[in-house]
This record gives sequence, structure tokens and C-alpha cells, in this order.
Amino acid sequence: MHITQGAFSFLPPLTDEQIARQAQYCIDKGWAMSLEFTDDPHPRNTYWDMWGHPMFDNPDAAALMMELKECRKVYGDRYIRFVAFDSSHGWESVRLSFIVNRPAAEPGFRLDRQEAAGRAVRYTARSYAADRPTGERYG
Amino acid sequence: MAEPVPMRLQAADNIPSAIDLRAEYVESGVKDVLDELDSSLIGLAPVKQRIKETAALLLVERARKRLGLAHETPTLHMSFSGNPGTGKTTVALRMADLLHRLGYIRKGHLVSVTRDDLVGQYIGHTAPKTKEILKKAMGGVLFIDEAYYLYRQENERDYGQEAIEILLQVMEHQREDFVVILAGYADRMDRFFESNPGFRSRIAHHIDFPDYTDDELLRIAEVMLANQNYGFDAKGRAAMEQYIALRRRRPHFANARSIRNALDRARLRQANRLFETSDGPVDADALSTIVAADIRASRVFGGTTQEEAAS
Repeated sequence: MHITQGAFSFLPPLTDEQIARQAQYCIDKGWAMSLEFTDDPHPRNTYWDMWGHPMFDNPDAAALMMELKECRKVYGDRYIRFVAFDSSHGWESVRLSFIVNRPAAEPGFRLDRQEAAGRAVRYTARSYAADRPTGERYG
Repeated sequence: MAEPVPMRLQAADNIPSAIDLRAEYVESGVKDVLDELDSSLIGLAPVKQRIKETAALLLVERARKRLGLAHETPTLHMSFSGNPGTGKTTVALRMADLLHRLGYIRKGHLVSVTRDDLVGQYIGHTAPKTKEILKKAMGGVLFIDEAYYLYRQENERDYGQEAIEILLQVMEHQREDFVVILAGYADRMDRFFESNPGFRSRIAHHIDFPDYTDDELLRIAEVMLANQNYGFDAKGRAAMEQYIALRRRRPHFANARSIRNALDRARLRQANRLFETSDGPVDADALSTIVAADIRASRVFGGTTQEEAAS
């Protein structure tokens, strides 16, 4: 199951060239790019681990691609995303983020139904990958 | 890097049959850069010649690419060697602009660093520091001033070696992402290249910056003053001419930089002179004229007379 979080996730995975051009767009807008990775695919998991520092003063996307290559070497079996942070007044938050690396196999989510008081049903989406401890989830 | 095949097919659709190099020369803005180089930099004839040759090569290479002929991204890493104050940094800036206009680097900025910016203080500090600088320079030109300090022969465990290794690796693998220019004094650069054959083979263009002649330095002095809305009077100009000849023989002569410092001091003396001698209002002419006395008060003149007296 191809998870759909962030921009471009309904498209087929971006090629490196496409990633570089999207990154360049963000840089040209003056946003600070950073790399984050995780092995917990749940959509409510907003706390991804950072790869290195945010890159505030790199005018060219080649620097990001260099970092991405390094990150893939170490965490190629996890999700990796680019995050573009806009520091301008009034925004001060993430303007764009998109996934640039996925595990080879994405097992998807199980839907748990819990029957509550009355006829109410509570739903929980649980990712199959998260059954195993972190670090052993993919591959 | 992904899927080079469809890109080549796309290009095949609109291959021009011929390219007008002259028009290309003007349109790409290369002509503007070279003209500006010619007019704004005094002297440096061999340097200008080399830059023109490089520009021609790059233009032809680009035309070949557009006609679909075999081409290989030329190695653009360079080394500038010459005495202090001969314009290495200034030319590097122009070079960045030139390469940007020709499309060989994407951004055209210049990141100027020395050993301290690349080499760390303790184990494990160097690699991230060097990488940080390399990332900053991506898409532009990395200018390493006094590059030979990276390599300390007398200390095997010097961290400079680590910086050199990272640099060489990135210079080789990401040749299309940035251009490295090494700069420094001629003799020490030669020794640096001898002990680092890796650098020698990865740098295609070695450009020597000659010292300026006395005449050129005088013209530089006049241009520098004109830029600040100052000027010599006739006697002041003669004094400057003499000053240059004397200054050259003294230690730590740094070509144009020495001239700039001398002019800064002359302006100081001029201000002092105006302040102390003038009574009543001064006009713009007086405020912007450097006279012989402002120059002749320099230590250089006094020093020579003492030396002459001693000898």
C-alpha cells in the first residue's frame, strides 16, 4: 500500500531529477530545507527524526541531493521526506513537505473496530509495520 | 541523472543545423563580462587572454552540445597563482559570473574560504565542516585562498589532509555541480601541487597572475581615487609615481593592495591637512584633491632617505 502523506504522494514516486527541481523551487522561494526520516508510517506521526541540520544557506539543490544520498545509505529502508520551512513573518511554519524515499514494501494499515457504549464504534488505524520494534520494521 | 534517454530524444527534435558563434557570444552575455573585464581591470594581459580562451572553449563546447555532437563536461577547476594584491579574488568573482552566463554553474555565487573554514579543531570536526562549505558552494564557485595551508607537510596527523580528501572526492564526482578555484603565491602553490598529485591532475587550468608594472599601479591608483571622487593634482601624481617605485623595493609589497592602503593613508593626511590649515570655507575641489604633501609624508620617503644616508 503506497501511503499518501505530504505533497505529490498521489503521483508515482519522483525521480531524483524531479526531487532536485522541487527542492530548487523551495530554495528559490527562500525556504529552509531539511531532511527527516521515520519508520512509523501512521499519518498522525508528526515527529520524524531529523537528518543533520536544516539547510538555511545552500543556494543550490545539489547540496540537498548530496545529503539525501547519504541519508539513503543509512536509512534507505525507511520513509524520508524533504521539509521546506518558511521563516517569514506570518508563516513561520512548514510550507511544503514531500516524501522522497519509501521502504521497498509497504504493508499498509489494519482497521480495528472497538465497540463502545450503545451502538458506537471506535475506529483505529494500526500499521502492520509498527507491530515490530523501531529499527526492525522494514527489510 | 535519472533517465537520460528520453532527454536526449527530446533534444533530437529541435537540433539546429548551425550555430552562429558570434551571436551566441553576444546573446549569452559572455561578451559583456569579457568587455567589463577588459575595461575595469588594468593590466593582467596574460590572465585576460587565458580567460578569453577558456570562454571560447566553453562556448564551442556548448555549441557542440546543442548540435548533438559528442561532448564531455570540461573540467573547470582552476588554480590562480600570483603575488598578493594581483587581483586573484576579483578575477574569481568575474569567473563565477562568466561560468554562470555560459550555463556551467547554476547559481554563479562565489564562496571564498581559507583553511580555517575547512579544517576543524579536533578529530571528527573536519568532515562536517568541509561538507558544510561544499554544500554552500554547490551551484557556484568555491574559492580557496592560500590553498597550500591545507597541507602541512611537517605534521602527518594534520586534519588538513582529511579536508583535501573530501574535496578531491567531491571535485571528481560532482564536477557539474560546482567549480573549485585554488589561489595562492606561485612558488608555494607549485610545492603544494607537487605533494598533492591528486589536485594537480584534477585541475585543468593554471593561470599565473603577473605583478603590475609601476605604470599600471599608477593607473590603478587613479581609478581607485576616481571611484571615491578624489583625484591627484599634477604634483601629487608625480609624488605617487615616485612612491610606487620606492614602495616596490620595500618588504611586504602587495601590489594593488599596497596602493589602496597608501591611498587610504593619504586621504587621512589630506583630511588632517585641510582641518589644520584651512581657515574659512573649503570648496569641493579642495576636498577631493590629493596633493604631493599628502603622499610625501609617507614613511616610504623618509625610510629611503635614511637608508641613503646610511649607505
